[in-house]
Amino acid sequence: MTVGHHMDDVDSSTSLSPFPKQQQQNSSLSTTQFDSPMAADPESSGGPPPLRRRAPRCVLLLRHPPHFTLIDRPLPDGFRFLKPWESPLPFDDFLASDDVRSAEAILTSQGVPVTADMLRRLPAVRLVLTTSAGLNHIDLAECRRRGVAVAGAGEVYSEEVADLAIGLLIDVLRKVSAGDRYVRRGSWSSEGEFALGSKLGGKRAGVVGLGRIGLEVAKRLEAFGCTVSYNSRKKKPYVLYPFYSDVRELATNCDVLVICCGLNEQTHHMINREVLLALGKEGVIVNIGRGSIIDEKEMVQLLVQGELGGAGLDVFENEPKVPEELLALDNVVLSPHTAVFTTESLSELCDLVVGNLEAFFSDKPLLSPVLDE
Amino acid sequence: MDSIGVLMACPMNAYLEQELEKRFRLFRFWQVPQKPQFLKEHAASIRAVVGSSVAGADAELIEALPRLEIVSSFSVGLDKIDLGKCREKGIRVTNTPDVLTEDVADLAIGLCLAVLRRICASDKYVRSGKWKKGDFRLTTKFTGKTVGIIGLGRIGTAIAKRAEAFNCPISYNSRTEKPDCKYKYYPSVVELASNCHILIVACPLTPETRHIINREVIDALGPKGVLINIGRGPHVDEPELVSALVEGRLGGAGLDVYEHEPEVPEELFGLENVVLLPHVGSGTVETRNAMADLVLGNLEAHFTNKPLLTPVV
Repeated sequence: MTVGHHMDDVDSSTSLSPFPKQQQQNSSLSTTQFDSPMAADPESSGGPPPLRRRAPRCVLLLRHPPHFTLIDRPLPDGFRFLKPWESPLPFDDFLASDDVRSAEAILTSQGVPVTADMLRRLPAVRLVLTTSAGLNHIDLAECRRRGVAVAGAGEVYSEEVADLAIGLLIDVLRKVSAGDRYVRRGSWSSEGEFALGSKLGGKRAGVVGLGRIGLEVAKRLEAFGCTVSYNSRKKKPYVLYPFYSDVRELATNCDVLVICCGLNEQTHHMINREVLLALGKEGVIVNIGRGSIIDEKEMVQLLVQGELGGAGLDVFENEPKVPEELLALDNVVLSPHTAVFTTESLSELCDLVVGNLEAFFSDKPLLSPVLDE
Repeated sequence: MDSIGVLMACPMNAYLEQELEKRFRLFRFWQVPQKPQFLKEHAASIRAVVGSSVAGADAELIEALPRLEIVSSFSVGLDKIDLGKCREKGIRVTNTPDVLTEDVADLAIGLCLAVLRRICASDKYVRSGKWKKGDFRLTTKFTGKTVGIIGLGRIGTAIAKRAEAFNCPISYNSRTEKPDCKYKYYPSVVELASNCHILIVACPLTPETRHIINREVIDALGPKGVLINIGRGPHVDEPELVSALVEGRLGGAGLDVYEHEPEVPEELFGLENVVLLPHVGSGTVETRNAMADLVLGNLEAHFTNKPLLTPVV
């Protein structure tokens, strides 16, 4: 994980004095850190530098984003990333330090929380940026209260995630992974013909959550001859798919359920025993949202008992732990939360993170702001 | 009609077998201890053969059945039937088109996703407990990848339609260029392979298309390219394919068919960029029932002097 950029090295060698003092000093001090050409240029007109930020653009980095490391990309130039794991201070003291208190942005990743408490202790923060599409690890209400902007992965992942949802669905219905296992252990020669699967065409598919990802999933499902209906917080006015306000009713009228919504208080364990029973013995559930949207314990029990036909799961309640009972089932396909991890999406995501940071610190509109719906 | 002898070439479907038993005098060829003896005894009463992708009616069998009137195949592929001989002798031939088109196309895309996104390998990763120790590797996006299809018939077209929903640019090769076709045509398979990321075999197996995927095509597809075969095993020069995969000269493969089914080259078992299926292209309950009904319907039609439902010859 050695992607420390030369900028960070420069930073660590300068004093840890608060920035306002540094700003008053001679412009020759640490001018390489500044992005403003006028501040660095001794031949400038002599007028005051533009009112853009001249101080190092400080970003509290809660965890080094694997998205950069995985594609061998260094963290971007032109920002000062404050890293708790490189400080000898305990996290609380680190947050209280002058440097960190001056941070204007927080960059986080899925599963690394930005809490109300943290926001309270960092009054200079005006942007929370996450590398994930999911936002359940950020206290959005507190951000709203404080006027802190939030930006995420935008549409970068939508296609990837939709692709995996369809891949998992085809795998479960047509027994792709199970068939591959059958061949590799020699059973095709010794035991004969493999079991029959179930046709996709004509299946009634229910999409839970019709945001960017849900819409990409629906579009693909249609190409396979599935009829699509959906459940969402609110009916979408521009969408022709039949809407069900109640997810259990949706399940009753579907053969397949694809979970594409975010995790929040309302959606936690929304897919419960009743919904799964409504989906039925031949029903298949695919989850590319968050593990806790489904009551995992109930789902496992129903699968084991044969009350639910099958499941394709990329997410679980306690990753990377996967319920043991599922490991023995052939009608379940298990994926280690890989929905977004392709080289293509990571490259786009890194561009987006850099783009959002640049925009924020240049007082330009964010590229992928999270808007209230 | 229960005096009409029907010879079933191999086991293929329990429901079909049951129905044939009910309606005709059914002979199960695979249960016969001595084939020449059996044919001598029963040839005179056999008026129909029911075949599949595994076994059909070759010249030898046709010659041995002087009263053969119809070969009804439980498949859309006709490579196991000597069509020339049937035409020569006025024997009717039927197959099962259309009813299986969607399933086969679904599986082709399922294989694309399984290979590029390493779905089977990831599932194995979880089941083996490895996820507790670390994340899986990066995979490759399917959406937007160029897809080349060999054979733009019913199945090829259905594959193209599905791939379009993933914004994949489509190109193809077939015997002749299709008029009014929005997809890009390449006059040779090598050119097609050079210009696509994923190459899908969807044409019939004929003497001309045997080993249509050879070393040259595999080289053109290259170390990032992926081959999907939902056609017939002999479409591919299998030893060439195996060595290309083992040596990393080909990026990956999704295979539903092989040259000597049910044998599958064991060198492939250790590779995670390969997905191996046991010839399940049409393998759903719904479709196999529909195929069986078509076989039965064709036989009924023939023996009641009505027009055949899906004649080939």
